[in-house]
Amino acid sequence: MTTVLPNTLRNGPDGRGRFGEFGGRFVAETLMPLILELEAAYEAAKADPSFQAELDYYLKHYVGRPSALWHAERLSKELGGAKIYFKRDELNHTGAHKINNCLGQILLAKRMGKTRIIAETGAGQHGVATATVCALFGLPCTVYMGAVDVERQKPNVFRMKLLGAEVVPVSSGAGTLKDAMNDAMRDWVANVQDTFYIIGTAAGPHPYPAMVRDFQCVIGEEAKAQMLEAEGRLPDVAVAAIGGGSNAIGLFHPFLDDTSVRLIGVEAAGHGLDSNEHAASLSRGRPGVLHGNRTYLLQDDDGQILEAHSISAGLDYPGIGPEHSWLHDIGRVEYVAATDKEALAAFQLCTRTEGIIPALEPSHALAHVTKIAPKMGKDEIILMNLCGRGDKDIFSVAKHLGVEL
Amino acid sequence: MSRIAGVFAALKAQGRAALIPFVEAYDPNRETSLTLLSGMAENGADIIEIGMPFTDPMADGPTIQAAGRRGLLAGASLHGVLGLVEEFRRTNNHTPLVLMGYLNPILSYGVEAFCADAARLGVDGLIVVDLPTEEADLLLPDAGKNGLDVIRLVAPTTSDTRLPLVLEGSSGFVYYVSITGITGTRTASAADLARDIPRIRAATDLPIAVGFGVRTPEQAAVVAQHADAAIVASALIETLQRENVDAVLRDVKALSEGVRGARQKAA
Repeated sequence: MTTVLPNTLRNGPDGRGRFGEFGGRFVAETLMPLILELEAAYEAAKADPSFQAELDYYLKHYVGRPSALWHAERLSKELGGAKIYFKRDELNHTGAHKINNCLGQILLAKRMGKTRIIAETGAGQHGVATATVCALFGLPCTVYMGAVDVERQKPNVFRMKLLGAEVVPVSSGAGTLKDAMNDAMRDWVANVQDTFYIIGTAAGPHPYPAMVRDFQCVIGEEAKAQMLEAEGRLPDVAVAAIGGGSNAIGLFHPFLDDTSVRLIGVEAAGHGLDSNEHAASLSRGRPGVLHGNRTYLLQDDDGQILEAHSISAGLDYPGIGPEHSWLHDIGRVEYVAATDKEALAAFQLCTRTEGIIPALEPSHALAHVTKIAPKMGKDEIILMNLCGRGDKDIFSVAKHLGVEL
Repeated sequence: MSRIAGVFAALKAQGRAALIPFVEAYDPNRETSLTLLSGMAENGADIIEIGMPFTDPMADGPTIQAAGRRGLLAGASLHGVLGLVEEFRRTNNHTPLVLMGYLNPILSYGVEAFCADAARLGVDGLIVVDLPTEEADLLLPDAGKNGLDVIRLVAPTTSDTRLPLVLEGSSGFVYYVSITGITGTRTASAADLARDIPRIRAATDLPIAVGFGVRTPEQAAVVAQHADAAIVASALIETLQRENVDAVLRDVKALSEGVRGARQKAA
């Protein structure tokens, strides 16, 4: 039997919202009509040039796009191999890539006449980005956040409150991102008429995975053009961290058909892949259904969802966007993992050599870069998505390093 | 005729609606669930719904969430739930049992094996909350092959044009989620039901059960005047938490009297 590969990997999802066997729309009937309405509204917006023009305006003047492409020369030298470039999405307004998606979704919410916004958040970056665009457009905003995350991300909780959002701590389950998402869905089901749910990652029921990806593809599209300008060619390797996978799919998607570019997603290995305390759904999970989509999940033998663990609240999720599951199964993207310790070391290395404090999320991507760069030639190029800045993490990093602030 | 169809046919002849109480499996332990199942059947339950605990019950309110957590802590699993059904069937072969839960544990068990085992051990119907019509082809063939009714949820958000699609391939009864929201929170009014139930009747000949927010005998009576069954879950779980099994059975009896009185009044 021979498998005929499609001539492009960028056509997904299909009419049922599936990437191969992953994705779909696994929601209760109460939400189904809303999901269908959202899909229709998004398709109409995509086809309307004025929607893209409006989004471009905000991305340029409010977010500060395009974000820079930075040749990390001292880091490259220190690692002694490949030439390393950072796509600097940490320079965006609010300090991470999350705002790209939030702007797209809130403009869609406005088009649909929705008057109230809800969101879930893990590290608080998506919550801050959502609260920010809500302040910008004058819409009330409720953010669900796991009680444990509220505790370990206090600065972001305060930011959201300053921005006018109501932050609801969620204490069901382990009180992290997964539980926040459950409660956001429960809010949505109770407030179907006026509420728009801004999901922060490329997961959830169709059309969210495709829509979030589309809004994040600006990362990869810019990086591709900037790379051609800087080097006259595409990178050999592109690397990004994966929690739900929105920054990674945004970087990877524009490169999917460029077969010369190796794509590597880095999951959070927590205390180690064999420790049972990690967030590596692709490396250690199996396919199942959670939060509206079929995808790789951390689960026990009975199909109960397991708690994820990562030093990074943004990666602390037992699932992954469905398109990543598909890219994993067809082998187009390699998925590896980095531990808490490796991420902490990379965090410090980047700060010391480049004067850039990265978030703990991209520190996982950087940890993998430190493993592969020394083995590569000096004429080879690695492109890494530096998707968030680390100011929010200095307290937890200090704690892990045994420093009292 | 399936057990479920049989019950509704008999009740139609008597001119009354059904009471469907809910038991979250293993809350707080297996023995309690077993006692509740038998006791409910003896105290006026016409059909019993058994909740299959899941870590992430997205459509459920705080009460059923907490019950599910207690069930999981007590060791509930899908195998365990089926074992409960098997044991109940040793003494009761007439009360229909409907399992309600979420898709992932069923996928993990294997859809084919689960449907075969469930039917063999005495389950009559399945309600899978996060399996809308658009994805139902995953379950329908195996459920059908094993004679299991697949009971569909209809919500206030389900439009008239969507109703036929949602009801396609459903059997047993239709579960009307009478409010937009999660279980055990708001309650639909008599006026809501008078408006909504005829809309569904126009689209199906199946009996219509109303759930989400039905708590008291009075509310159950209102439901019974408009629909064919009242489903009560969160209120019974709260009684079990606050008091004990006897108190739950007392409530079931009162609910059943509410349902029985209603249709006579309406007739």
